[in-house]
Amino acid sequence: MALAVLALATIAAMVAFMTLGAKGNWDFVLPFRGGKLLGLVLVAIAVATATVLFQTITQNRILTPAVMGFDSLFIALQTALVFFLGTRDLANVDIRLRFFFETVLMVGMSMALFHWLFLSRRRSLHLVVLAGLVFGVFFRSLSYMMQRILDPNEFTALQDMLFASFNSIDTQLLVVSSIIVLAAGWLSHRLLARLDVLMLGRDAAINLGIDYQRVVMMLFAVIAVLVSVSTALVGPVTFFGLLVASLAYQAVGTDRHKYTLPAAALIAIIALVGGQTVMERVFGFDTALSIIIEFTGGIAFMLLLYRNLNR
Amino acid sequence: MSVRIRPAAGLLLAVGSVLVLATISLFIGVADMPLGDLISGDGSAQAIQLLLISRIPRTLALVLSGMSMGVAALIMQMLFRNRFVEPTTTGTVEAASLGLLVVALLAPGLPIFYKMVVASGFALAATFLFLRLVSKVPSSSSLIVPLLGLMFGGVISAVTTFFAYRYDLLQSLATWTNGDFSGVLRGRYELLFIAGGLALLSYLAADRFTVAGLGESFTRNLGLNYRRILALGLVIVSMVSAAAVVTAGTVPFLGLIVANIVSLTVGDNLRRALPWVAVSGAGFLLACDILGRVVRFPYEIPVGTVAGVFGSGIFLYLLLRRRARFG
Repeated sequence: MALAVLALATIAAMVAFMTLGAKGNWDFVLPFRGGKLLGLVLVAIAVATATVLFQTITQNRILTPAVMGFDSLFIALQTALVFFLGTRDLANVDIRLRFFFETVLMVGMSMALFHWLFLSRRRSLHLVVLAGLVFGVFFRSLSYMMQRILDPNEFTALQDMLFASFNSIDTQLLVVSSIIVLAAGWLSHRLLARLDVLMLGRDAAINLGIDYQRVVMMLFAVIAVLVSVSTALVGPVTFFGLLVASLAYQAVGTDRHKYTLPAAALIAIIALVGGQTVMERVFGFDTALSIIIEFTGGIAFMLLLYRNLNR
Repeated sequence: MSVRIRPAAGLLLAVGSVLVLATISLFIGVADMPLGDLISGDGSAQAIQLLLISRIPRTLALVLSGMSMGVAALIMQMLFRNRFVEPTTTGTVEAASLGLLVVALLAPGLPIFYKMVVASGFALAATFLFLRLVSKVPSSSSLIVPLLGLMFGGVISAVTTFFAYRYDLLQSLATWTNGDFSGVLRGRYELLFIAGGLALLSYLAADRFTVAGLGESFTRNLGLNYRRILALGLVIVSMVSAAAVVTAGTVPFLGLIVANIVSLTVGDNLRRALPWVAVSGAGFLLACDILGRVVRFPYEIPVGTVAGVFGSGIFLYLLLRRRARFG
């Protein structure tokens, strides 16, 4: 029921985005806005899925890959590539190939990080979150430092490559990203039942016959890939996933992934596409959307933390 | 665990190394300033001018802000009774930047001293609000406080960014928040003397802060006015943060790291720890600044970035390794 309502709202948001305030030549408007819409939808699905999966693995509702600093890790990786290889060589490489390479690196690094933080030793949740936030600062400072050392021309080139904003999404990346998001969706669909079991906790899951290490590592690879997609397309958005996931849990009122995953994705699309429509057409400015998401997301995070504490 | 160096001798050694760092800092720069010129007659006027207008102010500013940021963090840790608290993890710095933004929007012509006063006001309000917020949290985990603080700061800076974005001040905002001493010249850093003075003042009140760190009822039992100590501490912390933000921006985690490492080695007696914190704060900042100036000579990497890399690295190490000590 809730899913149907969400789906309707999603379609409404998409239609509004495509048509509101469109003047002139439809042959131009449709592909132009269509590309943007596809980008937004991909980002929304990637962030929402990554967050829900991450929360399932860690059995926690206040963790997201972004809070743990994984977005910043991806940016640090990209910057390091430019820093050590130089833009001139990189520019000759096909953007899809480069993206593939970066994603592989990202999966490797974040798996190592994840293993170290969560699997190697039992650590308190708050310690892990705090460490994650500091990781974010660390990777951000590191990328910023490398960017400062770069030659100014290289830096300009890097900035173009680093992240397009919601406004200028690279169409070549769109195709690759769509494939990746579809694959991730298909995989998590296949794992639906096992995801529900994972919610019961590590020991219960193992008792129920799940190859815990393997499934978790696989899911984690999916998460890393999805984070790469969303960060490559629009840059880091820290609290968006958190906001979307907790709204989704509220909306469907169940823990089953059959419902929570699509609900989170739909809510994310509504928030991004709808928000972008309102920002662009009503207020007439664009990137401020991410600031507003950051603001509401930060407050939501604090509220969640409080509720967790007082329970 | 404790390092066996005779306290006074060790401190002298530390002061000596800061002096060495400060001297190095004086002689790094794009313009040549050969030592010979300073002593002999040729071109000495120019060299001395360079020294007086740019090099000495920069070095002094680094020393003063390193000192006072370390001290502010230590006081804050005592008052909040939490090891992971400092102005950049509690929204204090973010609020000071918001104050600066408000001044820039409403009264751009205000003299710099009043700018600092407004920024301190904002910082004070935010810190106090955060203290109230934290008092409602059941003290189950010491890690919750910095976690909430980082979020609190994030929300404040989202508000700041929003208005800065609307009024095209994003670039100025970035300059305020990221510590960078390259713009420090004579006439632009003197506010930091206030921060340095406050650091000295806190040395006089050190024993009170130590007692306050043992808790409200304990302080009352000793016949001290807890609220007054708290207020004094918060004012010092806010004014130090504001002076730093107004002059050169702040440095993430600096105070946190310095204060923690000093506490681990010297203990929690503030009167003993404060000089150490002040000296190591100055040394850490000087070292990071020198590194930032040398790595990509003649360009500079802002000290906030260099210290961000090292600071967060050391902080992570403290978090994940020294866990037993912090519980």
